[in-house]
Amino acid sequence: MKLAFGSPALDAASRLMTPFMLMFGAYVVVHGHDSPGGGFQGGVIIAACIILVRLVRGRAGGWMLAPERALAFACAGLGIFIGVGLLGPIFGGNFLDYSALPLLLEAPKARAAGSMAIEIGVAVTVTGVLSLIFDALVEARDDG
Amino acid sequence: MFRLSLVPLVVLGALLMTAAGGLPPVGDPESPAATHVSPRYISRGPEETGATNLVTGVLADYRSYDTLGETAVICAAGLACWLILGARWREDGGAQ
Amino acid sequence: MIPTLDPLAVVFLTLMIICAISVLAVRDLLTSVTIFGTFSFFSATYFAILGAVDVAFTEAAVGAAITAVFFVTAIFRTDRGAD
Repeated sequence: MKLAFGSPALDAASRLMTPFMLMFGAYVVVHGHDSPGGGFQGGVIIAACIILVRLVRGRAGGWMLAPERALAFACAGLGIFIGVGLLGPIFGGNFLDYSALPLLLEAPKARAAGSMAIEIGVAVTVTGVLSLIFDALVEARDDG
Repeated sequence: MFRLSLVPLVVLGALLMTAAGGLPPVGDPESPAATHVSPRYISRGPEETGATNLVTGVLADYRSYDTLGETAVICAAGLACWLILGARWREDGGAQ
Repeated sequence: MIPTLDPLAVVFLTLMIICAISVLAVRDLLTSVTIFGTFSFFSATYFAILGAVDVAFTEAAVGAAITAVFFVTAIFRTDRGAD
């Protein structure tokens, strides 16, 4: 099914909104330590932006996160999370203990940096999974 | 059938309304949930995790095992959707 | 003991109950999904009133946007009637 609701008005509206949605999503991920937000919410906003463009312009828009690539994104996010967690034992701390990271920072700053890396991993996973589910719903064959 | 379903509805509703009277008020500092580990998080959280937003501090630092499991569950859900819903169009060589 | 509630919270809880009942009562599935999105927005506002801004954020993003899109897509794949 080529789900595309392309009309000039929708096209213009989505073109206007897309950069702001992407920027807001990135802001929510990165600034989650000091304002409401975090990896999950930011990832959902970025995925909503991708789904919006996908709805308006169809597969031809060049914005489609191919399912294999979205799956790779999802697994890469989980890999970032576990990798950052495993850096703790490597440098002589506990699993997911970011204060052991060799960042030349005092403990609270190092922990904030470690949590930031983890939030980015969560955001990548959520973006990939939501885009993947949408594609799986849309692209499933009609006969079945 | 509709009238029959009203009976458990009313019984369950009355039960829940009675139970709701025993709940602590919103924001009660004496409630069981707010007396165990919360005071430690609230008093030491910002200086220990470096996060002004306490929710992110707890989710990504104190409770990062929980967040790891949550991310793994989300990843597994995406995998399951891909394997079940995308089975037919993977057969003929992808969507292109 | 009757717990005291913020009058604004009472308004939004009432709206949530009305939305929840009409989601089940409406026969058209697309209307049902739209009302469900409204329910999510009211519950997000209720969470914000309670002071849980992060939960309200998540509820507004996931419940109102993503879930509605997924439901509408699923309805497009199937029949629109409830019966």
